[in-house]
Amino acid sequence: MIEFDLDKDGVSALNQRLHSLPKDTNERSWRVKNPMGQHAIACGLTLPLIIEIEGHVGFYCGGMNKEADIIINGHAGPGVAENMMSGSVRVRGNASQSAGATGNGGLLVIEGDASSRCGISMKGIDIVVGGSVGHMSAFMAQRGNLVVCGDAGEALGDSIYEARLYVRGKVESLGADCIEKEMGDEHRKELGLLLERAAFKARPEDFRRYGSARKLYNFNVDHADQY
Amino acid sequence: MCGIVGLYLKNPKLHAKLGQMFTPMLVAMTSRGPDSAGVAIYRSKVKRGLIKLSLAHDDSKFSWKAVDAGLEKAFNCDAKIKVIGNHALLVTDAGESQVAQWLETHHPQVRIVGSGQAIEIFKEVGLPIDVAKKFKLEEAKGTHAIGHTRMATESAVTTAGSHPFATGADLCLVHNGSLSNHNRLREELKRQGLRFKTENDTEVAAAYFTWQLRQGKSLKEALMAGVKDLDGFYTFCVGTADGFAVVRDPIACKHAVLAETDDWVAMSTEYRAIAHLPGADKARIWEPAPQTIYSWGKA
Repeated sequence: MIEFDLDKDGVSALNQRLHSLPKDTNERSWRVKNPMGQHAIACGLTLPLIIEIEGHVGFYCGGMNKEADIIINGHAGPGVAENMMSGSVRVRGNASQSAGATGNGGLLVIEGDASSRCGISMKGIDIVVGGSVGHMSAFMAQRGNLVVCGDAGEALGDSIYEARLYVRGKVESLGADCIEKEMGDEHRKELGLLLERAAFKARPEDFRRYGSARKLYNFNVDHADQY
Repeated sequence: MCGIVGLYLKNPKLHAKLGQMFTPMLVAMTSRGPDSAGVAIYRSKVKRGLIKLSLAHDDSKFSWKAVDAGLEKAFNCDAKIKVIGNHALLVTDAGESQVAQWLETHHPQVRIVGSGQAIEIFKEVGLPIDVAKKFKLEEAKGTHAIGHTRMATESAVTTAGSHPFATGADLCLVHNGSLSNHNRLREELKRQGLRFKTENDTEVAAAYFTWQLRQGKSLKEALMAGVKDLDGFYTFCVGTADGFAVVRDPIACKHAVLAETDDWVAMSTEYRAIAHLPGADKARIWEPAPQTIYSWGKA
């Protein structure tokens, strides 16, 4: 375990050091101290490292992550794990807006609540939230899964493409072209695996599924005259 | 951009440290607003029958004694002036509107930037650290303070265009964002008798809340009316005699974070400004929901 004190050496030094590690590095396990809400901590990683951050982080923590497992022992500011490619990010506290935005892959777990626009434009990431999500979550979501163990705010899944949304609590309102869908065995199985990966004890049968009605983004021949 | 910060001390033992705790909050938001900075500090409440006015003049060499003596002569009243930087605190038993009229006639360059029994407003162009030093912010003792660091987008970088804006007795407003219907609203408010000193959008929001409160609305009612009538992006922090309130626009466009411990409540545009507070590492931290009023004290 390598300890890195951000108070002493700063975020740029940390990120540069993590970026310059060779593929076969033995320095795989890191503990980052004194994050003090600073931005862009542990961004752009490309190796299977384990990074544990001791405290609250600012904007864009773990952004663009590939292969690394990042644990934030505190609150995460806006855009945590934005555009993640693979690996995982776990937030022990709450997360601010746009968590997991545009994520292509990997797993984002938020143990507390996420705020508005969670999973906006997600493209394959899996997001599992222990608490609730704010308004306009999964806006224009294209692929991947958003699992919410609590409630979802207004306009869930507005203008959604092919992502799957699972919510256990109540949904304040569904966005344009987002509808409730039947829960099949394959969905319960998929959801069970996601909850297991997130280490949450919720039961898949307590969730409802939402997704695209596919009316907004598909060409409809009846509307040909309108174009 | 712009950064806003607020700190309310629940634990009276911390009142002596308000300035020490609050100054780094303001300075941490320099990168969001290097053009000007301003604060409202709530301290040293004056007795009933007295009023405390925060006055500002662009000339730091302005002789405030003339104001003091002139007011006492004009109204046969008691008037005490304490000069801090290019601002002065006037405590008097004369009526506020009398004083305002007299100042406008005799010292039109003097601006009343705040009024009430506890509130003191200081604001100036320049880096937040320099503004804090000028007004000896670190030495401030009191119950709560709110502040603003400005990156000007809607109107000129001037002291008059700096936040906080007063919205009534012991009330003031700081704003992160921009309003899109402020020109029309300004004209409407002018017809209601409100007066404006700048082209600034936040001044319109402040005048709007002043007008709503004058109609007898509670602060919460006024803020909720604002959510309906103010178009644009905003996170507002409103300082009141006993605390502060936070409200965000319906899509929560502008960043905001709240943190609370047994000893204090803090709000900021970014958590960075809160991180240094004692116990922040264990604080409950969350993002305030849109069009929801969060308030502390008797706000």
